[in-house]
Amino acid sequence: MITELGHFALILAFAVAVVQMVVPLAGAMTKRADWMAVAEPAATAQFLLTAFSFAALTYAFVVSDFSLQLVTLNSHTDKPMIYKITGVWGNHEGSMLLWVLILTLFGAMAAWFGGNLPPTLRARVLAVQSSIAVAFFAFIIFTSNPFWRLAIPPFNGQDLNPLLQDPGLAFHPPFLYLGYVGLSMSFSFAVAALMEGRVDAAWGRWVRPWTLTAWLFLTIGIALGSWWAYYELGWGGFWFWDPVENASFMPWLIAAALLHSAIVVEKREALKSWTILLAILAFGFSLIGAFIVRSGVLTSVHAFANDPERGVYLLIITGVFTGGALVLFAIRASAMEAKGVFGSVSRETGLIVNNILLAVSCFVVFVGTMWPLLADILWERKLSVGPPFFNQAFTPFMVLLALALPIGSLLPWKRGRLERVIPLLVPALILSIALAALAFAIQTGRSALGPIGVALGIWLIAGTVTELWQRAGKGGVRLQRLRGLPRADWGKAVAHSGLGITMFGVAALMAWELEDIRIAQIGDRFSVGIHDIELRDVRRERGPNYVTTKAEMGVFRNGREVAVLYPEKRFYPVANMPTTEAAIKNGILRDVYLVIGDPQQNGGWAVRTYIKPFANWIWAGSIIMALGGALSLSDRRHRVAAGARRIAAPDNAVPAE
Amino acid sequence: MIARLLICLCLIATPAVAVQPDEILDDPQLEERARVISEELRCLVCRNENIDESNADLARDLRILVRERLVEGDTNEQVLDFVVDRYGEYVLLRPTLTGSNLLLWIAGPLMLLMAIATAIFYTRSRATAPETDALSEDEKRRLDELLKD
Repeated sequence: MITELGHFALILAFAVAVVQMVVPLAGAMTKRADWMAVAEPAATAQFLLTAFSFAALTYAFVVSDFSLQLVTLNSHTDKPMIYKITGVWGNHEGSMLLWVLILTLFGAMAAWFGGNLPPTLRARVLAVQSSIAVAFFAFIIFTSNPFWRLAIPPFNGQDLNPLLQDPGLAFHPPFLYLGYVGLSMSFSFAVAALMEGRVDAAWGRWVRPWTLTAWLFLTIGIALGSWWAYYELGWGGFWFWDPVENASFMPWLIAAALLHSAIVVEKREALKSWTILLAILAFGFSLIGAFIVRSGVLTSVHAFANDPERGVYLLIITGVFTGGALVLFAIRASAMEAKGVFGSVSRETGLIVNNILLAVSCFVVFVGTMWPLLADILWERKLSVGPPFFNQAFTPFMVLLALALPIGSLLPWKRGRLERVIPLLVPALILSIALAALAFAIQTGRSALGPIGVALGIWLIAGTVTELWQRAGKGGVRLQRLRGLPRADWGKAVAHSGLGITMFGVAALMAWELEDIRIAQIGDRFSVGIHDIELRDVRRERGPNYVTTKAEMGVFRNGREVAVLYPEKRFYPVANMPTTEAAIKNGILRDVYLVIGDPQQNGGWAVRTYIKPFANWIWAGSIIMALGGALSLSDRRHRVAAGARRIAAPDNAVPAE
Repeated sequence: MIARLLICLCLIATPAVAVQPDEILDDPQLEERARVISEELRCLVCRNENIDESNADLARDLRILVRERLVEGDTNEQVLDFVVDRYGEYVLLRPTLTGSNLLLWIAGPLMLLMAIATAIFYTRSRATAPETDALSEDEKRRLDELLKD
């Protein structure tokens, strides 16, 4: 019964979305306020109906209702409750429902907080947003219906893929979708602005918080996915340049560019058409990502149930929305007249450099990802494009970006002088080169990657500190002034430092990793780098829905025991699948990463030990980046409804500058 | 994106992880070279893994083959050529710089140059453009209201 209600709510939401797509748009064209006003209640209704539908599906998973095909295929009564819930989005149909739930949530938020938007713009934004919802509701209902019943329900389900039974997976997809789908708001604003034929500073101000929100969720989502791969896959890889990872990385790069170009629109009324283009492309890449993941045209480690019919439908959605928006852009972009005037050395140009590097690096990822497909179609060459290509072709752009960042962010708006800015950065430069040289001296005979990473990381962080110090002005009241800086400035500093930390972590891990693979007998003790590892015991145990081979291993440093780790090898009988559960001793300077392998024929076990220096800095840096975004978002000036309600803030403690 | 589901059919075949202890060469320098080469080679039956990370039998065979060639005295290039001759260029994770692949490699730098040229053109025009002020009084008031803290 609840299932049918959920199904019905989904169809009803589809109908509401159709109304919201048509009526407000017609109202905006004919200037009929009553028609435009339909958009808000419709957006709310759409969200509530979709939320109910999602709740109904979740309920079916929680009570293990195996009369639902989806539950049968992805659940089992023995599965722990948390994975019954996360199993809702651990499959194609359920994850699409989560996708539209978030899509309608963003639409509803635009309706709730968009009170200060001009009525026609708001009506158009909500109508465009709803048109995306229409496409995805239709996609779900006609090709991927999660509420499909089975005529004869089985006694038990087929269990969720064991790799997905992990807390990391509980949060990775929702965050990722909040990011992907959040970019739909920027897209809707861009298309609505093209329809209106005008983009101004206020538009930039409305778009930036949405982009920032999407970007920060995307950052967290990607970081969670990478962290999960690191501890779950059994060899500590954190990024594989897999098509599906690239699919999440491309919108991230474009969103980062959009975030910065929107600042130029807001503050200087320049780069308008470029910003609109980025907004279209950012969501376009989200759609391409959905297509890549769910169509199976590119071979990826991430295999959703791949279905050509769904692939074609998603390709049509991608084509219609991206193509349609680009056509509209081509027709209307000339109407976006730039106003701000700036010199060739200025903050504006700094941000243009940022945009060029991010967009080109995204282009490299895109070409690399699609190349196997293109080469096959055009020249019938069957080839692969893998990590060695991306590391080589993509990294230089990130190095340039890091080099340029502190300089650009110190330049003033309108007109600046490099000979004023460069001397300020000399201390940062000296510090980064000195520490890189130190790293080079210590490591002896390894690749230059580590020292370069050190230099870039320090350069970014020291550059940020320099900028804050500069902003604080001269004299003894610096600290007070620092505290008085707007949150957006702090957000910028924090996010840029986070980038430096991540870059350092990636380079350090790749350059200084240690690996040891050997056969160990029980009781053996061996050394890896500065650590000694002891294999104490291997025993078999039973988990709730798996059996496991569990090793007990001691980790020693300087003869002192620092940790006891239990790496496992599990087997999930229902899914007939083994998994490797590495055991990790997390540390600030290094992780000790242990994996237990197979028993050997003449006794003993295959044991792998990895020393992963600065591994956690990668994800810590990403989270710091996201925190920077959140800090900036909390700036009063960026609140979505800023200016709408001009209530005198009760907290008069905030000094007015 | 939900997950790296199905870490290959490979995993089901042999539940072991990647390089096995018995494969490792005694000479650490040769072994180091073998690892470098392995990262360039794709496990053909897997979805997107190099032979170092893969658990498939085929990947194991390739790892052993690479090491045999190294012990025979081949250079890294000769080993790669040897494998490509037998399995085709699909096995290479770093596409060669030949024929149409040139496009792939120069796409990024080329795009960068084009972007820089466009940007220079744009900033020139911005530097010389007259400061326009096309907002009506009404719009200005609205804008001020919105931009107010």
